Amino acid sequence: MNGPLSIAVIVVALALAVWYLIRTALDRRPTNADLWSMLGLGALVAVLVVVAVVGLFIGDRPAEWTTFVGYLITTVAFAPVAVYLARLEPTRWGTLILGVAALTLPVLVLRLQQIAEVTSG
Amino acid sequence: MAEQPTPAPARPRDAAIGTGLGRVLLLVYGIFALSASARALVQITTHFSEAPLAYLLSAFAGLVYIAATVGLAIGGARGRLMALTSCSIELIGVLVVGTLSIADAVAFPDDTVWSRYGSGYGYVPLVLPFIGLWWLWRNRPRP
Repeated sequence: MNGPLSIAVIVVALALAVWYLIRTALDRRPTNADLWSMLGLGALVAVLVVVAVVGLFIGDRPAEWTTFVGYLITTVAFAPVAVYLARLEPTRWGTLILGVAALTLPVLVLRLQQIAEVTSG
Repeated sequence: MAEQPTPAPARPRDAAIGTGLGRVLLLVYGIFALSASARALVQITTHFSEAPLAYLLSAFAGLVYIAATVGLAIGGARGRLMALTSCSIELIGVLVVGTLSIADAVAFPDDTVWSRYGSGYGYVPLVLPFIGLWWLWRNRPRP
């Protein structure tokens, strides 16, 4: 969970969040590029989640592994849900939805890292 | 930039409360509905006896967030009432539980979303009811 992939997700998400928040402040609706960027981030997150799921089968399981799985499901579903909601809202608020999602994803990844560190050994 | 700014059309008076900024609130309330109730479920099923009061509060907070999310989503007079009620309970809850968790730490050995005014969640639980109530007030039905 602590690999370069997590760092990549966090950095990309924060960069996108800054972009979306600026676009919200400028009163811009989400463009197709904005929506595709979020889906791209979602794809990166999906890879991270697949790696984590494989890790559950071959490596040490986190002590609270049910919580871990719950977070994995939430994390992987997050970007698609945000894109779905943002498409329903072609105003500045749609852009803010993408911004909120891009800010929440790093938190989810950090929580996943915290839970993964405590293994039942 | 050559790009045109999105023209901001006037928001119709009777627009649903779950659109515009309301849709952002819907997402944020949805996140909290999920995280508070999932947390409560894990706490209650795995180690309920450690801090029953805190875990029951977690579950209650989860239900309040679910009600707010559903209220925003269905809209109309009933949805408004649901959202209004749950935002008010949420505001009282975060203030009361936040204060108690600081004053009487023994009663709250484990965290809930509302402990220490929601500091574990970036104080979003403290700010959210204010935004929610403001939004409902701004979109109050007018003749």
